[in-house]
Amino acid sequence: MTSLPISETTAIPADWRDLLALTKPRVMSLVVFTGLCGLLAAPVPVHPVLAFAAVLCIALGAGAAGALNQWYEADLDAKMKRTAGRPLPAGRMGRQTALHFGVGLAVFSVVLMDLAANHLAAAILAVSILFYVLVYTVWLKRRTAQNIVIGGAAGAFPPLIGWAAATGDVSTLPILLFAIIFLWTPPHFWALSLFVRSDYAAAGVPMLPVVAGLDTTRRHVLLYTVPMAAAAVAPWALGLAGWIYGAVALALSAAFLILALAVAANRATEPKQMGPEKRLFAFSILYLFGLFAALVADKWVLA
Amino acid sequence: MTPLPEEEIRRRQRSRAKVMALLLGLFALLLFAITIAKMSVNQ
Repeated sequence: MTSLPISETTAIPADWRDLLALTKPRVMSLVVFTGLCGLLAAPVPVHPVLAFAAVLCIALGAGAAGALNQWYEADLDAKMKRTAGRPLPAGRMGRQTALHFGVGLAVFSVVLMDLAANHLAAAILAVSILFYVLVYTVWLKRRTAQNIVIGGAAGAFPPLIGWAAATGDVSTLPILLFAIIFLWTPPHFWALSLFVRSDYAAAGVPMLPVVAGLDTTRRHVLLYTVPMAAAAVAPWALGLAGWIYGAVALALSAAFLILALAVAANRATEPKQMGPEKRLFAFSILYLFGLFAALVADKWVLA
Repeated sequence: MTPLPEEEIRRRQRSRAKVMALLLGLFALLLFAITIAKMSVNQ
């Protein structure tokens, strides 16, 4: 078969690396890790192949949600320094390619999860993708400063999915794991939004520092740290996790609170002087990794 | 988007076809492994 000449009107195929970038691989690492920990913390053994497939589906689902988010937000991304280099705003890919890729990946991840695990895990995965795309990206993000408070639920689903994939049901511990990430999201994102405020303002995203000011945001960071710490300690306090998890949760939450206090006390208005905010943002990622790793270590050591 | 030369378009198509072939192969292997794992779990 002879190949047809390519006219200038032919759609330019996207580079596969750009399709990969569409899935936000860096964000995916935390999603995969918390999903894996939810699966490993479950009280039933899971076949390694099925566990791998379930975690793969969580990763693909998160990638699909990331791709659909970038498809919808290409205009916003183009206005922000942090995101202007992404494949769509940089003009390296057509919007339709991103939409087809995102929808295809979403359907594939849910079907594969149903096949490898069970209906419940597949249903929660589908809900998490729809929640991130429709509730957070389309509905909340451009409309309210509370966007990440409610939208944070989207990132909180992975441990619930991991647990459901292993057990076929949902109990108190996975709901607490959901609550930890849900309450962790606001201080994590507000710390970031404090030092990239001008980016959000330029793009017209109503993040809390843009609409309510720096001081209010800093108070909110501290305010949300308290219920987050309570949720983090709850699995140990309720007897659902052992002393290893309890000790790590107490130590990490105390450190988080100290850093949040430093943020609340800071009065700087220039990003260069926002050391406490940058430290809290970096630590918050470590915090979530540490907490979930401790939960699994606790189960393995004390089982 | 700026138009790309035909050579670059063909290079991208080849590169994507290779990645897709690899992913399809891995998918077939994964389905096989899931089937065997499900059979062993249900025994």
